[in-house]
Amino acid sequence: MGVIDPRTAPPIGPGPEQDAILKAVGDEITNRGFVIASADKLFNWARSGSLWPMTFGLACCAVEMIHSASSRYDMDRYGMLFRPSPRQSDVMIVAGTLTNKMAPALRRVYDQMPEPRWVLSMGSCANGGGYYHYSYAVVRGCDRIVPVDVYVPGCPPTAEALIYGMLQLQKKIKRTATIARG
Amino acid sequence: MTEATETSETGIADVPSPQALMIDHLRNLLGDMLEDASVHQGQIVLRTGVTSIVATLTALRDDQHAAFNQMIDLTAVDYPERPDRFEMVYVLLSMRNNMRMRVMVSVGEGQAVPSITQVYSSANWPEREAWDMFGIFFAGHPDLRRLLTDYGFEGHPLRKDFPLTGHVEVRYDDTLRRVVNEPVSLVQEFRDFDFLSPWEGMQANIPGDEKASKDG
Repeated sequence: MGVIDPRTAPPIGPGPEQDAILKAVGDEITNRGFVIASADKLFNWARSGSLWPMTFGLACCAVEMIHSASSRYDMDRYGMLFRPSPRQSDVMIVAGTLTNKMAPALRRVYDQMPEPRWVLSMGSCANGGGYYHYSYAVVRGCDRIVPVDVYVPGCPPTAEALIYGMLQLQKKIKRTATIARG
Repeated sequence: MTEATETSETGIADVPSPQALMIDHLRNLLGDMLEDASVHQGQIVLRTGVTSIVATLTALRDDQHAAFNQMIDLTAVDYPERPDRFEMVYVLLSMRNNMRMRVMVSVGEGQAVPSITQVYSSANWPEREAWDMFGIFFAGHPDLRRLLTDYGFEGHPLRKDFPLTGHVEVRYDDTLRRVVNEPVSLVQEFRDFDFLSPWEGMQANIPGDEKASKDG
């Protein structure tokens, strides 16, 4: 059976010829196997399985973030690799005290990340200013600058807490509908 | 020579401490520029005038015996109740004598201090920081810009009359598509529950200690 170009070839009406084509296609699928999945589930599975965080350590929380990426906790097990560039990353971990002077830089880095993108706020300072809530130089929560998906409490949160937060983010991604239905 | 014959910290009489010997030497070296000299916690504390600070530090650095050839830090303290409200502090180290020293200068508000960047190049950024935090102007500084605070920041945060939360806070504005400054609006004012501030000095009776007393 040769290749039939549907634009130029005449339509094949019902009959033995059409039956032969359908049988050939059917045999092809039966021999190789196939998977049925809804497309948005597939996309969400792929997205949550390779969350690449942006390295954005601001203070002592960054040390716990480094622990979570190092050999003991090893976020690489979940496909989470730290990237040094916002253009290669899916999620930004705001790890530490966000100062007024740093806020425009944080927003610029967030704007450089490609869609879809998520933000995880790590620690008291990033969540709501924390110890520096009444300071003249600190942003009272990084959600004043970027939209936040997951807040991880702690001062600093342990590496386990950060990984738990990342797993919560995975759950959140998995239950979002990627394809908008009209 | 009274200081040189004082009892040293080791308790051995008639052996002058190195600090006392150094102060005697500095009296000869600095002359009228030296307003006061004392030893506090094993460190020499000198007082001098604003106009003679460059000459004083140059002499301390270049003298073969003193050789205070490192400037460790430079900062200021704010005493709003004093007529000259600021106190400049220069912390020096003499590697040769294994000796540290503070040189202190009283500075009034709006009074310019001669920059010592020509004497100690390490004073460049500390002077920028003192300008940023206290608003002390350093005459002759090569690049006197703010060092730590935000671009366009107004005020000098380490002055005692600067409010704790400052005057502005930042927020990302979705319509302007940039981070904007706004006047501070706090849901709840700052409250200080710390009755045991270390800055008030050590207290003999810490609240709660009476429960641990013998007859209590």
